[in-house]
Parts: sequence; C-alpha cells; structure tokens
Amino acid sequence: MSEPLRGVVVSHGDIAHAMVAAVEQISGVKGALVPVSNTGCDRGSIVTRIGEAVADHPAVVFVDLPSGSCLIAAMQRARDGQVPVVTGVNLPMLIDFVFHRDLSPEAAATRVVKAGADSIKQPA
Amino acid sequence: MTVVLHRIDDRLIHGQVVVGWAAPLGVGFIALVDDQVGASAWEQDLYRMGVPSSVEAIFTTLADGVRRYPEWVADSRRGIVLTGDIETMAGLRQARPEVSHINLGGLHLKPGRRERLPYLYLSDEELKFLVAMDGAGAAVTAQDLPTSAPVPIRALT
Repeated sequence: MSEPLRGVVVSHGDIAHAMVAAVEQISGVKGALVPVSNTGCDRGSIVTRIGEAVADHPAVVFVDLPSGSCLIAAMQRARDGQVPVVTGVNLPMLIDFVFHRDLSPEAAATRVVKAGADSIKQPA
Repeated sequence: MTVVLHRIDDRLIHGQVVVGWAAPLGVGFIALVDDQVGASAWEQDLYRMGVPSSVEAIFTTLADGVRRYPEWVADSRRGIVLTGDIETMAGLRQARPEVSHINLGGLHLKPGRRERLPYLYLSDEELKFLVAMDGAGAAVTAQDLPTSAPVPIRALT
C-alpha cells in the first residue's frame, strides 16, 4: 500500500492553522494536513516553508487565493516536485481530502476541486 | 508625473499591491522591475494572474526598467513601479534621479535583519543606506497600505 497523501494548506495569516484545526475537529483525522502561513515571509521563504511541509511525501497543496504570494510560492514548489496545487481552499474540500488520501495526487486534486465547488450554494 | 508609487516589496505583485494600493490609486499599470522575473515568462504568467484585466502588468529587468522608465512617466495612465529589493530600486534611482519618493512596503526577515516595523525588517547596513538615500533627496518612507500612516525612514534610526 502506498503512502497516504499529505495535504499542505497555505494561507495568509492564521487561516491555514484554523482550517486544519477545524477539519481535525470535524473529521477526527489528525496529521493529514499541515498548515503553512505566509506571515513574516518573503517570496523565497514561503517556498521554503511549503517545501519543508511537503518534504518527500506525495501531496496536494491547497492555497487560499487564486493569485498572490502564496499561490506563486506553491506553483514554484509544484514545478520542482510534481505536486498539484488547488486554489480557493475551503473546509468541504479539506474534509473530502482527508477521507480520500489513497488516491494519486492528481486524482485527489481533481476530486477536491469538485467537492469544494459543489459546496458553494445559495440555500433557498 | 504618472508614476504615483515607487514601492519596494519582497512579495512583488501580491494582494497589498493590487488590492491595497492599485485600486484606490486608480492605476492603469504596474511595472515590476526584477531581474529574475523579468527573465522568466513562466513567473510573469503567475504574477499576471493576480492583476485585474484593467491593469497592465509590465515585467522588466533592471536594465530594461532604466531604459523604459521615461516611457512610464510619460504614460497617460497612473502607474506603480515595483521592485523586490532595495538594490534594484537604488539602481533605478541612480540612473533615474526623478525617482524621488520611495515606499518601503514589505521587507521580511532574513539573516542579519531585525524588525523595525511589523512588515519591515532591515539590517543596520540597509537602514543606514536608506537613510543616506533619503538624505540625498529621495523621500523614503515605510507604509504597508494607504490606510496606515507613512513612517519616515529617519524615524526608524
């Protein structure tokens, strides 16, 4: 059996830490997600932080915004290491991810994009 | 003068620049002067993703930035000239003394630097250099966002 995927959640400020804590509280799955904040980082040190969080694990990187310093750093890390990047991270996609960590990184990324998008609704 | 902001920010084109400054200043272009990004089409595409369609993103090396600066000043649109480090802005000012106001927007922790403001880390040598640049006629102030108060570089000594 291959190693389960790791999710690396990259955000401005403390959002990533709060999201990871919330997912662990909701799902009961601990250690599957690693939060990374861009606080205090220049462009190079964000890449370093993401690289340390991914390490040598098969992973998917989740980013808060579809632009900006977190995305650019994630894309730079992704280019170096074949790690898919997903933007617009939300709790439903992370919850879906922690229960499907046996997929390939690309398949997991495709799956969570759908899960995240499907969760955005306007209830009547 | 249509360059309304000369900013040093080691995150380059990011939210504070696009949302915080470009929108309220009503700029039509952001010129990023950076040797690394200026030579990388791939990185330019990434940074362009963060810029609204109403704003032109221009990428140049320092040498090209020096050459193109008069074109930006003469542009009918308002613009921001951005560098990722002190050395590049200093190089631009050396060649183009009309760079008269310099905004320190974000320089983060590196070896040898210490915190001067929450978004501004400088080594003693960097601080001394910026104070000298200020004394030589370039008004150097730290200000992360338009809604915060500008801090003259000499107030940080």
